[in-house]
Amino acid sequence: MELILAIVLGTAFGFVLQRIGAADPDKIIGMLRLTDLHLMKTILCAVGVSSGLLFLGMAAGLIDSSHLSVKESYTGVVVGGLVLGVGWAVSGFCPGTGVVAAGTGRRDALVFIVGGLIGAGIFTVSYVALKETAIFDSLLGGKSTLADTGAYPSLLTGNGTLVAVLVAVFLIGLSIALPLRLRKRRADSDEKRDNNPLMPRH
Amino acid sequence: MYWNWKIGGPLLGLTFVLAVALMKPIGVSTQFVILDAMIADWISPTVVVEDSAAASGYASSNAYLNKSGGKYAAEVANPLNYSFVFVLSMVLGGLLGRRFQPRLGKQPKIRQLPAAHELQFGHNTMQRYLLAFCGGVLVLWGARLAGGCTSGHMMSGMMQTAISGYLFAAAAFATAVPTAMLIYRREE
Repeated sequence: MELILAIVLGTAFGFVLQRIGAADPDKIIGMLRLTDLHLMKTILCAVGVSSGLLFLGMAAGLIDSSHLSVKESYTGVVVGGLVLGVGWAVSGFCPGTGVVAAGTGRRDALVFIVGGLIGAGIFTVSYVALKETAIFDSLLGGKSTLADTGAYPSLLTGNGTLVAVLVAVFLIGLSIALPLRLRKRRADSDEKRDNNPLMPRH
Repeated sequence: MYWNWKIGGPLLGLTFVLAVALMKPIGVSTQFVILDAMIADWISPTVVVEDSAAASGYASSNAYLNKSGGKYAAEVANPLNYSFVFVLSMVLGGLLGRRFQPRLGKQPKIRQLPAAHELQFGHNTMQRYLLAFCGGVLVLWGARLAGGCTSGHMMSGMMQTAISGYLFAAAAFATAVPTAMLIYRREE
């Protein structure tokens, strides 16, 4: 039963990631260069929708809070995120979208996966040495959440469902308000410069 | 043609909620370690051993695989577990997604080199592979240090309003945006 669920949910997840363009490095690079924020709008909307539905589902008794799995906060989360960000921008893939992109027939995604296996291997081998440093020391209450889940400590007390729904509304609002691009193409800004006597001509 | 965000966003969100309702939050990057360890254990069968004293029933000479009562070691010993099969199935999802992509006429061949890459570096396949490889090393090393990736921290984490999810997302975008602007700076 578990394996059938794994196949159905894994396939659905891969399918959706491909259909939103997340397995296309051009869509990722466009988002990170702030010239094509379509994927950013999709992600913000998805996080908002999932957060709202999850907490409403738990309040309605449809989702068991024992299924939650909140990860700990520690210095390594930030350092790891910073390192991952560089690799994400360089390759245009993250672990999940790299796997999906390999399924769409991209050869660079296979190369990314080989690199990923080596990166994960280096970490696995160096874990003993890293563990001795302060990098795994808890931050901000360790496994904590913003909204009260009933299963983990939360930063905000009060009705968890209400807090989560407010966060969800904020994220979905942000996804609607976000323009499709924050930076103009160079051609556009050149034109602006040419029409503006205060800006130096090149 | 990709889905509009108004359709794609809710459907992606729904996938994450369904996964947690039926099983547990989605995560991907751990499975790179699991596959590494499967390969290591195949080469040298002493990497993961049965150990009735461990909480999971398995132990490893590697401290990372051995943590949390040998949780990872047990997954290495039993490849047909939920998390590993989930990630394998994502390959099929990608294949089907592309196969049934709405299109005009015949499906064009997939563009192997990203347009941003060709614009910046020209039609240079080896260089693309080099960047994809180096990116892969950094992404998975970083994800393992952080304890999760874009799926586990950014999506599943922020869904649960986990503080670690917000921290991770802020950190990842803080370097990804300037790096992308610097490397892929050429416009058409």
